Amino acid sequence: MEKVIKTEKLTKKFGDFTAVDAISFEVGTGEIFGFLGANGAGKTTVMRMLCGLSHPTSGIGTVAGFDIFHQSESVKKNIGYMSQKFSLYNDLKVWENLRLFGGIYGMKEIEIVEKTTKTLQELGFESERNTLVKSLPLGWKQKLAFSVSIFHEPKIVFLDEPTGGVDPVTRRQFWELIYAAATRGITIFVTTHYMDEAEYCNRVSIMVDGKIEALDTPRNLKNTFDAVSMDEVFQRLARKAKRSDNY
Amino acid sequence: MKQFLSFVKKEFYHIFRDRRTILILLVMPVIQIILFGFAITTEVKDTPIAVLNPVKDDASRQIVERLAASEYFTLVSEANRVEDIEKALQKGEIKLAVVFYPDNILHTGEAAVQIIVDATDPNQANIFANYATNIISQWAIENQWNNSQLKIVPQIKMLYNPQMKGAYNFVPGVMGLILMLICAMMTSVSIVREKEMGTMETLLVSPVKPIYIILAKITPYFVLSIVNLTTILLLSVFVLGVPVAGNLWLLILLSLIFILSTLSIGLFISNVVSTQVAAMLISGMALMMPTMLLSGIIYPIESMPEILQWLSCILPVRWYIAAVRALMIQGVDFIFVVKEFAILTGMALVLLGVSLKRFNVRLNN
Repeated sequence: MEKVIKTEKLTKKFGDFTAVDAISFEVGTGEIFGFLGANGAGKTTVMRMLCGLSHPTSGIGTVAGFDIFHQSESVKKNIGYMSQKFSLYNDLKVWENLRLFGGIYGMKEIEIVEKTTKTLQELGFESERNTLVKSLPLGWKQKLAFSVSIFHEPKIVFLDEPTGGVDPVTRRQFWELIYAAATRGITIFVTTHYMDEAEYCNRVSIMVDGKIEALDTPRNLKNTFDAVSMDEVFQRLARKAKRSDNY
Repeated sequence: MKQFLSFVKKEFYHIFRDRRTILILLVMPVIQIILFGFAITTEVKDTPIAVLNPVKDDASRQIVERLAASEYFTLVSEANRVEDIEKALQKGEIKLAVVFYPDNILHTGEAAVQIIVDATDPNQANIFANYATNIISQWAIENQWNNSQLKIVPQIKMLYNPQMKGAYNFVPGVMGLILMLICAMMTSVSIVREKEMGTMETLLVSPVKPIYIILAKITPYFVLSIVNLTTILLLSVFVLGVPVAGNLWLLILLSLIFILSTLSIGLFISNVVSTQVAAMLISGMALMMPTMLLSGIIYPIESMPEILQWLSCILPVRWYIAAVRALMIQGVDFIFVVKEFAILTGMALVLLGVSLKRFNVRLNN
């Protein structure tokens, strides 16, 4: 399988503090890659480095074939991103949000129009086209935010705790969207705190104190750790953490 | 370019969909200029006065008539006893009283007139007293009273603002204040809002260059500042009757430089704070208060303690207001405002440079 994300000894230090400690991993095309870890384990820092928001202190990383240190502009063109904070504009209408992000990613006018109709159809949002985003229920907003993050058909989409605060039914629907995107060949890089969601991933990595402690398919991980659920796997690994929750 | 335009469009949506923002941006300047121009005024107009005139000869009567007829004063009562006057002053019914003492001026050539002023507000009191004195001496001159003596009568000429209108003083100040408020406060708040909401991160992950994000955030406020500048100038010329005595284009150029510098201040604030409330407080307290107090809008800079005078030098708005006064009211040539132009341009460039640099530094962490 072709690799869309590759890192080798990727490290980020903030002063004396090593947030990310020489991690190496690879993610293949169309894979749903779960990136787990307790708060403060360094997940967000890794994600920020991969997105070109933060420069690594040392190590190499390539995303979509581009070096994250020197070619961050090209990296940015090929990725989508959905932050854990709600990242759409509340005072813009649904179609205006789509239009804006299409414009930002340099899509052609005609493409934007077609894609908007298609996206709204897929979401079943046609009637909300002219609704201000702020008046949508949270679950809908999250689904819309995901659609916006893959609106420009990126090679990889980074989802930072995308389902925080969303009810189980909507989470389920959200994961259906993720599967649909993965089927189209978009690689999904997702962080989450919900261990049932970890089970949905093709492969899962678990970060503890800036290092990747485990990386495999959920099934293999459960076998290795002789656990019944991903939750149990996570608990065992995370208990070793020396960094406190909110340091 | 297309990216940039979609950004600017979005920024305008933000502004026009928020009623408070639009109120602050477009309505407040109009209200401020009208308030400052009409309501808050140090002009003397229709001040209530009383006279105590037991003499009741021609001379004193003529003086009373003059006082009553002047637009500065309104005669509210003709008292009979000194106590009445005291009471009226205490009650605040009158601000000034003129008392004639019973000597017949026309016959003896001597007279005593006392002017009693409520000096709770000393500046105002001085102005009242001066006006009253002027009216009385004017009468004296016209009636050739005292003509036996050689008298030097100073002819006072009020330059640039012959009618002594308060608006002449306030318009440049309000221009500085409003542009400062819109550019610095609104820009910083709108950028920090994106940080707070988390949308800034989404934008930074996108291939749009950060400098374009910032430029796109600034552009609408730049445009609206120009709208405001136009509104203020039109209002001051046609409503307040303050003409633009100097070169209009020079005034506009000056304002654009000032707008640039305050936009940079807003940008800088947005770099150092991370919440909208903090941005409001900093631009409100740290910018508006010094602007109001130190830039010569309310108190003349020349009469401040030296240390405050020095402090006022670091405020761009001080130089802007000084130059607007010179250009708009005095109508001077460019050569007389070169210093202000140079200082403002320098400040704008330094501020812009520093804030853009900080923005980039913050990104790389």
